[in-house]
Amino acid sequence: MSGIFKTFPYQEYILKGNAACPGCGATLILRYVLKALGHRTILVIPACCTSVIAGPHPKTAFDVPVLHIAFAASAAAASGIAEAVEQIGMRDVNVVVWAGDGGTVDIGLQALSGAAERNHNMIYICYDNEAYMNTGIQRSGATPYGAWTTTTPTGNKNVKKDLPMIMRAHNIPYIATLNPAFPNDIYSKVKKAKEIRGFKYFHALSPCPPGWRYDSSLTVEIARIAVLTGMWILYEQEYGDFRLTGPSRNLLEKRKRKPVVEYLKLQGRFRHLNDEDIDRIQRLVDDKWEEIKELLESNKINKK
Amino acid sequence: MSKKTILSGNHAAAYAVKLSRPDVISAYPITPQTPVIEKLSEFVENGELNARFIRVESEHSAMSAVLGAASVGARVYTATSSQGLLYMYEVCWWAAGARLPIVMGIITRAIAPPWSIWTDHNDILTLRDSGWIIMFAQDVQEVFDLTVQAFKIAEETSLPVAVGWDAFVVSHTVEPLEILSQEHVDRFLPKKKIGGHMLNFDDPFSLGNLTYPDDYMEFRYDIWKTQREALDIISNIYEEYSEISGRAYGGLLEDNMCDDADIILFMMGAASGDAIEAARLLREKGLKVGVCRLRVIRPFPAEEIAKKSERVKMIGVFDRDVSMGYSGVLATDIKSALKEYGVDVPVAEYIGGLGGRDLRVKDFLEIFEDMDKMARKGVKFSRKWIGLKEKYIGGVP
Repeated sequence: MSGIFKTFPYQEYILKGNAACPGCGATLILRYVLKALGHRTILVIPACCTSVIAGPHPKTAFDVPVLHIAFAASAAAASGIAEAVEQIGMRDVNVVVWAGDGGTVDIGLQALSGAAERNHNMIYICYDNEAYMNTGIQRSGATPYGAWTTTTPTGNKNVKKDLPMIMRAHNIPYIATLNPAFPNDIYSKVKKAKEIRGFKYFHALSPCPPGWRYDSSLTVEIARIAVLTGMWILYEQEYGDFRLTGPSRNLLEKRKRKPVVEYLKLQGRFRHLNDEDIDRIQRLVDDKWEEIKELLESNKINKK
Repeated sequence: MSKKTILSGNHAAAYAVKLSRPDVISAYPITPQTPVIEKLSEFVENGELNARFIRVESEHSAMSAVLGAASVGARVYTATSSQGLLYMYEVCWWAAGARLPIVMGIITRAIAPPWSIWTDHNDILTLRDSGWIIMFAQDVQEVFDLTVQAFKIAEETSLPVAVGWDAFVVSHTVEPLEILSQEHVDRFLPKKKIGGHMLNFDDPFSLGNLTYPDDYMEFRYDIWKTQREALDIISNIYEEYSEISGRAYGGLLEDNMCDDADIILFMMGAASGDAIEAARLLREKGLKVGVCRLRVIRPFPAEEIAKKSERVKMIGVFDRDVSMGYSGVLATDIKSALKEYGVDVPVAEYIGGLGGRDLRVKDFLEIFEDMDKMARKGVKFSRKWIGLKEKYIGGVP
């Protein structure tokens, strides 16, 4: 696998001087995504960290055209672009929504669901830093159980909404999860999605140093441990065919996964958790993996 | 050649849109807008119109979808009413701020609660401060004419344009009209030029990114300036269209017997027809009254309004809308225009016809007679609700 890095293009689409925080997981992911997609890519960005990272007028931090749009509107605006480029004869254009978890699982969900159901030829990427980070770390529907945020000062009492699974119910051609510790996985999945016609959905874990309360040097390490503990599961579903990817392929058995506390203890947002909370999170993760097992089983049956 | 036919206001809009050759249409159904988008869907599916129709899941998405399409250079159309307009309101401001030439039909309908599907003008007037150019038709023919012109106005100003017409009274009422031929429309409205600030790969820029206090105000000023310049742009496009269609409405305002009038009533929309009829009847009795119909609300034709008001004894403003806590919306702007041009004329404000409350010739006869009485008494100002049930009529100013 190590040789694959050589196939990444040298071209950078995220320009120097952008306003991302040091150690920003989202910007790492976007860097690989844009390398995979190339310059004929239109980004549609709702209110989120990246609307700031993109830099102030008259400059831009990205070497691709960007449409900034209202919080709830990104998937719908991209629908319009996706139809328009084909209608007016702009060829080989990647129309990509790049939205945070708030803009995806909360306020943007209706537009996302509509666009997915209509199966426009576009890519939607949710970079999930598990709270409203741009406004100062408020809880979103993607905030995990127990996590401290400024609106859940004693820890989140709700359980993270599993958006990729909701997207599965839309019968779209391609769904995948991403993680910045595994750039090869990102690159190959995005390359694959580029060639698939219809609606493609990505959900990317995006560690956030200021929001998750950890040192900015640890972004990739925390992202990696998220996968190894099973807190984040790498998979893809292509035309209904569900499969695990990367290290997640070997983590179906609980004994192969690191305990979730390995992931939690690295982050200040989980510092207040007691053993009971940690047990609950472990159970949530184990239950999720049982769901994955069932999915893989039913997938096998379908294939027969 | 042009063709004489009969259509409802909504179908007239659909034909005008078809002839304007949009690339992308997106809409969400709401009564009384639905026949517009049903007819357009039919045109797209039977191949008469080569366009994409995006059947979105909300009005917020309808405006977002046409906004996205316009950002890469597509000619676009949508239509809505009332709650739909309010639901897409955020994105309407985005469309104007992003300087995208979007055309929208607004079939005016009262705002709930209580539920109403009938006409009044408060919905379209919520766009007043947003940067949208706002025009308003009186009848089916004018819906057709304004819709075709709206595309040209939008593309010449890089601003979105709303064309309003009244629910049911115009939207579902079948009237004779003349439809321009495709050749005529093509000559008037050439294929859209791609360029300017459309998203592109040669000069990848950020459309709508964060703007510090150092720059934001200039963006607003540019919109304001274009709006003011649009008074001429719209007038020129009207003239050009008049030459092709042979129909003249008088530009920003439609003057009905105002030249020698002692009393002028300003208003917009379908009920203007009843007011004009009332004015004719009163003229037969020797009362010199006229009706000045506003066809463009933004940019506001303040100078034209002030000029019409210069030599009259009293002006009236009929608002089929109300700004809660003050007066009718048009009255607010018209009084401001009078002050701006130093016209000192008594003003009588009337608010009525809300939620589809019927307006008849009789109502306008009463309004004119009321104004005549006040003018003779030397009353400088009055504000009245018209057609209220008797027990509601009180003494609140």
